[in-house]
Amino acid sequence: MTDQGIGASVKRVEDLRFITGKGQYVDDINRHGQTYAVFARSPVAHATIKNIDVSEALASPGVLGVYTGADLAADKIGGLICGWMIHSKDGSPMKAGAHPALAQGKVRYVGDHVAVVIAETLDQAKDAAGLIQVDYGELPAVVDVGSAQAAGKAQIHDEAPNNTVYQWHLGDKDATDAAFAKAAHVTKLDIVNNRLVPNAMEPRAAIGDFDPGQDQFTLYTTSQNPHVARLVLSAFIGIAPEHKLRVIAPDVGGGFGSKIFIYAEETVCIWASKKVGRPVKWVAERTEAFLADAHGRDHVTTAELALDASGKILALRANTKANLGAYLSTFASSVPTYLYAPLLSGQYDIPAIYCEVDGVYTTTTPVDAYRGAGRPEATFVVERLLEVAARQTGRDPAEFRRQNFIKSFPHQTPVIMAYDAGDYAASLDKALEMADYKGLAARKAESARKGKLRGLGFSAYIEACGIAPSRAVGSLGAGVGLWESAEIRVNPVGTIEVLTGSHSHGQGHETTFAQVISSKLGVPIEQVSIVHGDTDKVQMGMGTYGSRSGAVGASAIVKAAEKIVAKGKRVAAACMEVPEDSVDFENGEFLGRGTNKKMTFGEVALQAYVAHKFDPELIEPGLKEGSFYDPKNFTFPSGVHIAEVEIDPETGHTRIDRWTAVDDFGILINPMIVEGQVHGGIAQGVGQAMLEHTVYDENGQLITGSFMDYAMPRADDVPSYNVSMTTTPCPSNPLGVKGCGEAGAIAAPPALINAITDALGHEEIAMPATPQAVWRAAQKSVRKQAAE
Amino acid sequence: MTKLSLTINGRRVSADIDSRTLLVDFLRNNQRLTGTHVGCDTSQCGACTVHLDGRSVKSCAVLAASCEGADVMTIEGLADGTTLHPMQAAFREHHALQCGFCTPGMIMAGVDIVNRNGSQVDEATIRKELEGNICRCTGYHNIVRAIESGAAAMAGTKIAAE
Ligand code: FES
Ligand code: FES
Repeated sequence: MTDQGIGASVKRVEDLRFITGKGQYVDDINRHGQTYAVFARSPVAHATIKNIDVSEALASPGVLGVYTGADLAADKIGGLICGWMIHSKDGSPMKAGAHPALAQGKVRYVGDHVAVVIAETLDQAKDAAGLIQVDYGELPAVVDVGSAQAAGKAQIHDEAPNNTVYQWHLGDKDATDAAFAKAAHVTKLDIVNNRLVPNAMEPRAAIGDFDPGQDQFTLYTTSQNPHVARLVLSAFIGIAPEHKLRVIAPDVGGGFGSKIFIYAEETVCIWASKKVGRPVKWVAERTEAFLADAHGRDHVTTAELALDASGKILALRANTKANLGAYLSTFASSVPTYLYAPLLSGQYDIPAIYCEVDGVYTTTTPVDAYRGAGRPEATFVVERLLEVAARQTGRDPAEFRRQNFIKSFPHQTPVIMAYDAGDYAASLDKALEMADYKGLAARKAESARKGKLRGLGFSAYIEACGIAPSRAVGSLGAGVGLWESAEIRVNPVGTIEVLTGSHSHGQGHETTFAQVISSKLGVPIEQVSIVHGDTDKVQMGMGTYGSRSGAVGASAIVKAAEKIVAKGKRVAAACMEVPEDSVDFENGEFLGRGTNKKMTFGEVALQAYVAHKFDPELIEPGLKEGSFYDPKNFTFPSGVHIAEVEIDPETGHTRIDRWTAVDDFGILINPMIVEGQVHGGIAQGVGQAMLEHTVYDENGQLITGSFMDYAMPRADDVPSYNVSMTTTPCPSNPLGVKGCGEAGAIAAPPALINAITDALGHEEIAMPATPQAVWRAAQKSVRKQAAE
Repeated sequence: MTKLSLTINGRRVSADIDSRTLLVDFLRNNQRLTGTHVGCDTSQCGACTVHLDGRSVKSCAVLAASCEGADVMTIEGLADGTTLHPMQAAFREHHALQCGFCTPGMIMAGVDIVNRNGSQVDEATIRKELEGNICRCTGYHNIVRAIESGAAAMAGTKIAAE
């Protein structure tokens, strides 16, 4: 059975339906009597709503209802929430404005939800939405995060003076300042971490369906965490009590964070289905996704690194302004704070760190977690500082990193995290070898002969995954616990259903979780089905994000499997008439130690249900166990990525010549899937570094609102990747896994910018390093060379 | 309303349609062939790729009414009964899909790339020809491997059939 168990690159179970066109995404589902919702959105970035006239829209053919914020308020439907309380350095709680699902009195970004039309057909709903008359009293837009807090800027929410949600800090300021005061060298960088649009290929969608007979709501939604959606819609927004609200997230076409959040559209669809007495469907057009899906990143940072004369890092200091957009999305407040600053130690022994973060409102789309969420921003700061410091002090960037690596574990950083395991030098050595670092000088010379500029860049990243120990995050302001649940139902014939609170939207849980069961219970994966994404089937769960489903979700499955084995041993002991403590379980068989008696897993399952051979006073019939697993620590995946590029200074074209990735994810359940996660993450990081840019004009209009204007990475923008692993098992969970979903997106941007700046010979380039930007920068390099 | 007759996945189909109906909407809503996906509104993503008279097209950029008498093949028609098309099998073998949303379009585009460039099609050509298909999950590495391998397998089945 081991050929299917933990460590095997088993082909994916879920693939068959996707390659034959039989996936069931929300837009593939149609409910009897279904109607269509279209949202009227604000065309301006910031305005009071003086009047909304829906009369013409209401009279339009096929229209069943037109609703505004006033209708939600009349039904006592609450606003959308932000689930993580951040306190400013003065101790005051964050200053968050209300976030109504449909605007009340004011709009705050282009795309803000003003009203919804429900009609018999999609075309009728669209036509009617165009007839809604809104009288706007325009206010100045606030777009630039760097100046949003300045006096005289328009005030976006009354609750947040100077558009400042919080002024937060982490670390020891005095110790850090003292270290800087005695530094032999200080490297200082101004860094912009560009705003990104997540753009999962499946646009968000929702179907609200109210059954008056049962007084029961069902929401089909593109969610990474349907139970969290139910909790929020029920307990905070007030749609219906949890037992009257079922949330189904069927096949979901990618998320990358953007489908964690509880948005206006889903809320309105489920509420409106009772209003109109018919199912209500909404599917985002891509243009709407650009406007209304939470964006990612968008930091402006000044960062400094202090070294002593020997090259030892003494301290790191960072000041960041984080754009939170016009409203606080579900986890927005945590991303630039607790998911960011605690990662500023990177893989390095840094005695003192101090970070200040201002969370700022602007009249732009809300910003929240996007693949990596805070950790790519931190890694970009650390790895750019390291690279530039090495160059400025004439050190080899690899050896400079090695000199400062944390070498013994556990290691307590000055910014919360206690790293439990790792071998950073091992990843570096392997990456240097694979990338043929020794041959770099010769390759650079060869490129130069062709008139090209070649450069190599490192990124030695760390991330904190396996989110997260509930008590720890609770003490930091999280409104929820971040455990995961599992239930294993063994059927009388020995087949198994595993119910998990994790949600798969590309990660391949139907395969990897079955592999865990195969290893633990000795059954082939064909006998296992993984059930997820339906609150009526799975009792509770926290969903999938933060690379948590292996470390937390699969650990819950292991815990439940151990209970199954324990119960199975008791049943087997009774059936085989041997003492309970003399039953062993190996390779799917229960063995009477010291006897030749044995029973297969299936036989024991059957006996558990037949219940003829044991005393029901002592053993309950049936074979079904559940667990809730709360992680003991974060997990700390790490690795080294090396990018090597060749730039044509005549055109600004940057060709990624080779990509080397050596990651330590601990124990791998399915190496094939893990490598796929790395590939995808790298491509998203390449997108951020070279292609993707979200641009607003000064009036707050989104200029890059479609795939025509927003450059997504395509097949000929990225290379083939050379991916390998090193392994230090994670000591804090039963599988030794660390998580791999975000690593590529975290590692890639600094590796690439370090490579490009190495080729250019100067640091003056920002993300995205588009051909135009690279061409300009390369002209400067060429002039500089000519002058020398 | 326009009367439309065409062949979809080898089956003769007739329907009355609004003359503005896009082929993708006709396939998804009228024919309930939901394997063809919609990922954008600017004909940029390729999630809607199908074969029209043997060539791949973006079905969001084709009016259904213009397909009178045409032969349309969608992802649902690619396998031969329960035997997967070699390109479908290659996508699974090489882990060329994660969320699966771009996958039908990628597979249809992949078959067309091989049909036009032959079974020896190289990586650079595949990457260039995939220009119109976006995948946000896989980073393309395994999609390229799958199309290379699918190309070889398609040549194999052709020889076997001859
Ligand atoms: S839906 Fe046709 S190209 Fe995007
Ligand atoms: S597999 Fe998800 S978009 Fe390609």
